[in-house]
Amino acid sequence: MKILNKEILLDSGGVRIGMLEVLSPDIALKAKPGQFIVLMASEKGERVPLTVVEKNPSKGTIRLIFQEAGLTTRVLGAMKAGESLYSLVGPLGHPTEIKKYGKAIIVGGGVGIAEIYPVAKAMKEAGNHVTTVLGARSKDLLILEKELKNTSDEFYIATDDGSYGRKGFTTDILEELLSKGKYDLVYSVGPIPMMKRTSMVTKKFNAKTIVSLNAIMVDATGMCGCCRVTVGGKTYFSCVDGPEFDASLVDWEELIKRNRIYDDKEKHICKLNII
Amino acid sequence: MKKEPVNVREAQASTRKGNFEEVVMGYSEDQALLEAARCIQCKDPKCIAGCPVGIDIKKFIHEITKKEYPAAFATIREKNNFPSICGRVCPAEYQCRKTCVFTKKDSLFASKEAINIHFLERFVGDYGMNNKVGAPKTSDKTLSKYKVAIVGSGPAGLCCAGELARYGVKVTIFEALQKPGGVLRYGIPPFRMPRDILDFEIDYLKKLGVEFVGNFIIGRTKTLDELLAGGYSAVFLGLGAGIPSFLGIPGENLCNIYSANEFLTRINLMSAYKFPEYHTPVNIGKKVLVIGGGNTAMDAARAALRLQNMTMRASDTTIIYRRTEVEMPARRLEIEHAKEEGVKFKFLMQPVEFLGDENGFVKKMRCLECKLGDPDSSGRRRPVPIEGSEFDIDCDIAVIAVGLKANQILISVTPELKTDKYGDLIVNKETMETSIKGVYAGGDIVGGEGTVIEAMGMAKTAANGILEHLKTVSC
Repeated sequence: MKILNKEILLDSGGVRIGMLEVLSPDIALKAKPGQFIVLMASEKGERVPLTVVEKNPSKGTIRLIFQEAGLTTRVLGAMKAGESLYSLVGPLGHPTEIKKYGKAIIVGGGVGIAEIYPVAKAMKEAGNHVTTVLGARSKDLLILEKELKNTSDEFYIATDDGSYGRKGFTTDILEELLSKGKYDLVYSVGPIPMMKRTSMVTKKFNAKTIVSLNAIMVDATGMCGCCRVTVGGKTYFSCVDGPEFDASLVDWEELIKRNRIYDDKEKHICKLNII
Repeated sequence: MKKEPVNVREAQASTRKGNFEEVVMGYSEDQALLEAARCIQCKDPKCIAGCPVGIDIKKFIHEITKKEYPAAFATIREKNNFPSICGRVCPAEYQCRKTCVFTKKDSLFASKEAINIHFLERFVGDYGMNNKVGAPKTSDKTLSKYKVAIVGSGPAGLCCAGELARYGVKVTIFEALQKPGGVLRYGIPPFRMPRDILDFEIDYLKKLGVEFVGNFIIGRTKTLDELLAGGYSAVFLGLGAGIPSFLGIPGENLCNIYSANEFLTRINLMSAYKFPEYHTPVNIGKKVLVIGGGNTAMDAARAALRLQNMTMRASDTTIIYRRTEVEMPARRLEIEHAKEEGVKFKFLMQPVEFLGDENGFVKKMRCLECKLGDPDSSGRRRPVPIEGSEFDIDCDIAVIAVGLKANQILISVTPELKTDKYGDLIVNKETMETSIKGVYAGGDIVGGEGTVIEAMGMAKTAANGILEHLKTVSC
């Protein structure tokens, strides 16, 4: 649980994304692409889920990437190498089904880019033709560009302001790709509106699309049901049944609303000078 | 003249409804002596058979009357490692007290009320805790070379650990959450059992040499096979019934509809009642509905009412139950406490839908009125919804407390573990051994939802099974 390394990957325009390399030999041994951990920064902290971005079993470490949004991620952003997390448990959730699909498009937006990285890498290693599409508001807000370029056969970038790559959204590029060629899998992680639009686009082309959902969790072992999502009209717990689901079946409106349950509490606690 | 039962001291309802301090304050020494003196020391005591772990109740009560408290403590600990916990959470009226001779109406000794065995147990447990009384240890050198792993640190896991550690077995408990205790930690609120009591009883296990490993999920962090390969001669699974059931009605995923597990975990484990000092939030509203009639529903309602009083100085919390008060499975004491504190009860109502606002927050619950029909398999009269009786109740928080199912994390990745149609583990009832040799189980993962002491009863049987098993293996 000791933090061996900490980096602020970017700090621009009010967006701060940090990286922690944490000692956790058991998780480093077990974690598979698509799985996550739950951590507590301090004894009084919340339990927060984060994707395992990379693991180094021989060193016994895992890498976590987070965007400072609520209190806990800001606390993480203020932690230093040498300090320890209060708790860390995992790996949790079902791993991504890694196999040879054929041609795959991997779409990542914002801090979700960190979450597609292990999947893109594994898909490439499994012999897939990997096309990666990254999206960010502007050039300064892109992470892991080089790493993802290295694991991709084709590589595209979209920025909202056109400061880098194509001006526009990942879904514009996605739509173009799908209209020109046949793909066997689309995998997408990013802000909910992006994943929702991704799903709308891929539905038109009948392309199998997997998303990893970021519902609010407490225990993340199926015990509380906080992370329940409606997929295909049925309720699932994203911690134990997911976090990945068929994008075309997800009730996005419900997820958006449920992720706002504690907005006022979050605002309140962030105003207090706790850190 | 028969002696009157001694009432236990309790915090005033008007005060306690605004905090999470313990409600039942327990007997003073004088009160304990008076109550113990009521016991007629039956030649053939029935109470002992009513205790799932077989505490020698007659003996420890006699020791109280002689003021031999350390001896009484040793007598209880002989059978039960956690008197301060069980004295607080055991539904004694359905167990030892139910079999007390005083309850037999045709008996010569029929009295107003059974001996308050649970309050006496608590008195002795707390005496031992406060006076640092040591516990009996029967170390067996031949057993100290064995390592046993326990999965889950709830009542079953703790009890099994205690039983084995007493004989010198090296025990490691693996717990998924950050703190040990299982349902005692996340489910039972501090006003029923203060955290320092739980910490003390767990600390006692540490003194016996039990090692706790938190943040460790068997089935995820390590598999059962890996655990067995890691030098453990036996494994005990006290996985619990951790999965909340929902009603399965439209609108149930609206915001501010909680499972009782989530609501209570936020409050008990994560200390959300001390937000923002503790960072985990829980929402509270002006009108809280708690659906269900068990102890968990009482805990959730009483916790909700406290949060309302703490934040708004007013409370409006209602328990909604399909049947009537007579059929409620909750302990009478909990129902009475809830009523005293101001929890309202509405009976014969079946929720059929939740309705929300444009932001997805719950605003109303739609219900059907019920009437009681014929008894069902549980012997309780079945609620029958009345057609066309639909009506709406306002609410801004709803807590669903309608039961729990077996935790499936380990079972789903361990197909060799045989389960029944409920997903509970199938065991040999004599030894509590599962379908895998050397792997034992007990508590809610075996019997479905039960009480703390029932879980402990199973864990004791399993511990004996494990001790026998250890004699047959080399390590």
